[in-house]
Amino acid sequence: MIFKLMIVDDSNIIRGKISRTLTQHNMEIVATASNGEDAVKQFAANQPDVVTMDLTMPRMDGLECIRKLRHMKPDLRILVVSALADKSTAIQALKEGAQGFLCKPFSEDDLTDAMDELLGESHG
Amino acid sequence: MDEQQLRIFVDIVRQYFDRETGRLPEIGSPHLGDASALPIYDFTGVIGISGERQGCVYVTAYREMLRALLLQVGETDVADNNLCDLVGEVANTVSGNARIHFGPNFMISVPIVVKGSAQAIQVPRNIKAYIIPLRWHKHEAALVVSLQ
Repeated sequence: MIFKLMIVDDSNIIRGKISRTLTQHNMEIVATASNGEDAVKQFAANQPDVVTMDLTMPRMDGLECIRKLRHMKPDLRILVVSALADKSTAIQALKEGAQGFLCKPFSEDDLTDAMDELLGESHG
Repeated sequence: MDEQQLRIFVDIVRQYFDRETGRLPEIGSPHLGDASALPIYDFTGVIGISGERQGCVYVTAYREMLRALLLQVGETDVADNNLCDLVGEVANTVSGNARIHFGPNFMISVPIVVKGSAQAIQVPRNIKAYIIPLRWHKHEAALVVSLQ
């Protein structure tokens, strides 16, 4: 099964790294966004199954964006990819509706492992 | 800032290069810097710190190092936009990772990137600024930590 993915990160380099890695891992990139506001618009237009979400972004941060996207699609799968490495941030992101948390910096294997864990047996 | 807290930043920046490139940077001796003569190279990514601690953390690097680092992480577009993006992302990652030790009230801003060495980075004059010199692939860079 090929999943439709939206990548949300204010770094063009991180968006590129995630895109290159997950395109080779049975995922189709249907949208990218550099802040939460744009992500909400892109989400409505492209209806991804899975989102990778940065937390520290201009205009609308990742936690607020997760709340909005979960409201739009309650069964959305969200992997947070953030440099904010403290436990309480990870717990807060999970409480808001993310199902996985990957800390930057990350390797390609870290990312595919986290994505496989997020999507369970239907992927990998 | 004490020696133990400086060590936190040294360890994080070492881990960053190790993780991203598989090659550790050489770290020079951290030392106090004069606020009017802090290192500024070709590209600088600045993170403002607020909350329980106040000040800033910045990473400054030469173009050649950022180009080499970009290629190492698989990015082939080495235009200035991506060099700016990268130096901001390094500063963001180092600062964000520091929350493991400083806690969630170590609030970090989005990166501000300065291109060129003509502009000075204004750090608060009442807060000491520590310079952590580093060298990766023969390219010099520096991490500057100025925290109350």
